[in-house]
Amino acid sequence: MIMEPQVRTLVDIADTPAALAGQADIVLERARWAAEVFRRFDHTLTMSIVDAVAKAAHETAGRYADWAVEETGFGVAAHKKIKNELTAHPLVDFYRDQDFVNPRVDEARKMVEIPRPAGVILALAPSTNPIATINYKILIGLMTRNAIVISPHPAARECSVDAAQLLSKAAQEAGAPDGVVQIIEHPTIPLVEEFMRSEKTSVTLATGGSAMVRSAYSSSNPAIGVGPGNAPAFVDDTADIDKAATRIIESKSFDNSALCTNESVLIALESIDKRLCQALRQNGAYICDADDVDRLRRYLFHERGFNVETIGRDAVWIAKECGIRVPENVKVLIAPITQIGVEEPLSREKLCPVLAYHVVRSRSQAISQARAVLRIAGAGHSAAIHTTDESAAMAFAGAVEAYRVVVNAPCTQGAAGFSTALAPTFTVGTGYFGRSSIGENIGPQHLVHWTRLAYNSSPDEAFGSYHGVSVNLAGPLPTAPADGVPGSTVPAVRASFNASSAESLADTSREELRKMIAEELRSILRN
Amino acid sequence: MSEAKLDFLDRSRAFWNPGKTQDWQDMGIDLVIDRREGYYLYDMDGHRLIDLHLNGGTYNLGHRNPELVQALKAGSERFDMGNHHFPALARTALAEALAACAPSPDMRYTAYGSGGGEAIDIALKTARHATQKRKIVSIIKAYHGHTGLAVKTGDDRFSKLFLSEDTEGEFAQVPFNDLNAMEDALRGRDVAAVIMETIPATYGFPMPMEGYLPGVKQLCERYDALYIADEVQTGLMRCGEMWGCTKYGIEPDIMVTGKGIGGGIYPIACVLISERCGGWLKEDGFGHISTGGGAELGCIVAMKVLEMVQRPEVRTMVKYVSDYMRAGLEQIMAAYPDFFAGIRQHGVVMGLEFNHEQGAKPVMKHLYDNGVWAIFSTLDPRVLQFKPGLLMTQADCEEVLRRVEIGVGLARDEVMGSSRHSYRKSA
Repeated sequence: MIMEPQVRTLVDIADTPAALAGQADIVLERARWAAEVFRRFDHTLTMSIVDAVAKAAHETAGRYADWAVEETGFGVAAHKKIKNELTAHPLVDFYRDQDFVNPRVDEARKMVEIPRPAGVILALAPSTNPIATINYKILIGLMTRNAIVISPHPAARECSVDAAQLLSKAAQEAGAPDGVVQIIEHPTIPLVEEFMRSEKTSVTLATGGSAMVRSAYSSSNPAIGVGPGNAPAFVDDTADIDKAATRIIESKSFDNSALCTNESVLIALESIDKRLCQALRQNGAYICDADDVDRLRRYLFHERGFNVETIGRDAVWIAKECGIRVPENVKVLIAPITQIGVEEPLSREKLCPVLAYHVVRSRSQAISQARAVLRIAGAGHSAAIHTTDESAAMAFAGAVEAYRVVVNAPCTQGAAGFSTALAPTFTVGTGYFGRSSIGENIGPQHLVHWTRLAYNSSPDEAFGSYHGVSVNLAGPLPTAPADGVPGSTVPAVRASFNASSAESLADTSREELRKMIAEELRSILRN
Repeated sequence: MSEAKLDFLDRSRAFWNPGKTQDWQDMGIDLVIDRREGYYLYDMDGHRLIDLHLNGGTYNLGHRNPELVQALKAGSERFDMGNHHFPALARTALAEALAACAPSPDMRYTAYGSGGGEAIDIALKTARHATQKRKIVSIIKAYHGHTGLAVKTGDDRFSKLFLSEDTEGEFAQVPFNDLNAMEDALRGRDVAAVIMETIPATYGFPMPMEGYLPGVKQLCERYDALYIADEVQTGLMRCGEMWGCTKYGIEPDIMVTGKGIGGGIYPIACVLISERCGGWLKEDGFGHISTGGGAELGCIVAMKVLEMVQRPEVRTMVKYVSDYMRAGLEQIMAAYPDFFAGIRQHGVVMGLEFNHEQGAKPVMKHLYDNGVWAIFSTLDPRVLQFKPGLLMTQADCEEVLRRVEIGVGLARDEVMGSSRHSYRKSA
């Protein structure tokens, strides 16, 4: 029997700093090369790549939704499919009219602004929304001609790697430079930290656990990291109660609250308390009694924090786990609480369809309780209000420390830009309230900076005419020839001789041709 | 030049190699390499050079690549050179790793040398044993090393000096890219092997014409000679694939890899031998003995080299580096068409051809002054060897092109006069 050779490692250095740094460096340098070539692409080619990737993401939305739910146990496949689809064509269409490739000419200010891509984006993806986040980060990266390296969450590694590779292939087939989309196939904390601190990473786009986000900010590199959510939703007495209840249940049950924009604590004025509870029940809520709340509290919050087992699980599953008998069609568990703050764990973030419910006596108390909710967690993230009174909306939004306050809409979808005019996103900027660098929904505009050609503002100095003047958008690099290899491309025109003379001398060897031309040149130069 | 360097050069002349030391001074290259890191060399006076010489691919992965240094350090916790008489863990593991990526599925065995020359000698001895014939055919201006047999295959500049040229008519040389001459040499069926650098390096990387190498292989098969591929400079991804010969459709009978396989950190060279050529390994396994050949620490480093060069990212990098350099060099060529006459290229194996019989020497000098180290081709000084590393960064490639544009311009002025209309032959 013939033995097959085995490749073995006698001396394993895989975990050493040198190996980790080397592994990160080669991926990032490949990305830098890709970015260097990509920045020469014009708008048409760039958008055709973006559209091709969006198409691939759309077509596989269902498959990866199923895979993500199966691998992580989080969420609802049908809802994940919607999210995966929203982060394909609709995301691209939202930004379609914005040009991140061509210079903008501002006659009035005598200025030309030239877009300069960030370069290499390190994109961290969470386990709760693995595929939607990957779609979204890859597409906003491509729109701005950046190279992207995805760091998947270990719990969603397999579906993430497969999806990123599929999108990478789609990008390349549409003409993107090789390596423009890469994924770290075996992420570990020390390895990802190497990526984050490498000089070759232009910016880290961190969505995920606080530890990773803080680590990104500590890396010494630019970072756009966002904090956790813990959205308070206030139902005012001027609200359309039925509509409010419908929207809240729709929001809270969407993907079983795996999105960080989901409502965490519902705050209601006591004058509408009973009506609201009734309406919530009619929409599929189960209102817990004191004993149920006790069970939920013990089950959802351990000493170490939130029970991650429950992330994205459905209401019936959770109820069963903690021994609450509920009808099979229940979508959301409502847990009435009397306190907000350190004393009440249920006033913390809950990435599952359990909604804390707190009744207040006045609008001003509602505001102070909503502020308290965000003081526990979720600062700078999201809040919602259901009202028909503009002054109530204004007072609430001006007081709570959230950078998006959704009005009369499901908060989950609304704050992420899917049922409001906010930018569709899977990275919700938590700004300075939330120890983040950006306070709006992250989009492609954050991945490009602009070089500004600024003219002397004196009226004596005329502004130039920049119409038809462009930056170098030479497109892909031509393939260098591999001399002597059949089919290897050879540039049509060599500098030292023109194509026609080369053609007429097709059977003359290149060597002889060179000699002839050298002679010719010498004689010209002598004269 | 610093006092310290002047003093050092005196010592170098006194104790090491007076001729070689002086020749470089005469060429205006006063380089004494001190610190080195990545693709940078630092002269002992602090002058930084981007290394495009890489000693023929020895520093393919950069100088003192941290992963290779780590592998060597970790390896030394367990291994040393080893005992060459006995079955050895690291030698066998490297042989398996090489078999797994060999250019031909028939290649099973690896014999080891401590350097390329020794490995070439092993390859030639293996061919002679397998065919029971003595004659070796090589290419005029070929270069395979300086050991006993290898030196006879090359230019007589290196053999006559030592009275070591072939006197028995056992070594024939034919022109490159000439299949008729090759057939004439093989027709007598008395040839054990043709030994071929896939792209002759020291000869300035003339590129094989389409069909030439496969034609040679066919002739070998027709006339019962073996094909030995010298992949020392073209292997290990430098042509964009693991082995350059694969790109030309060649499955050699015997293959030699050296230089880069030791990662520039532990010298080692390997001869891959197909089953049908490996008879001596069974008949008398002690037939070739080398204490330093295949030292186990070298094997540890070489296994890491193989793992690294086969990473998918490397393939992309080589393509980017070669495409980017090509595009930049073509622009420079267009700016100096009367001097910069051509580019020979396969992957990151490149030769820049100048329109003057010694043209590469002034280019080398001016590149040196401008922080780039690339060496002329010893056997064709019209050609500058231009050999970027596999992992060159975009920033460094851009730096190289910027400096080459300046250096070529200065060299052109020196050789051809500063005006394009006043050609003069250099003195």
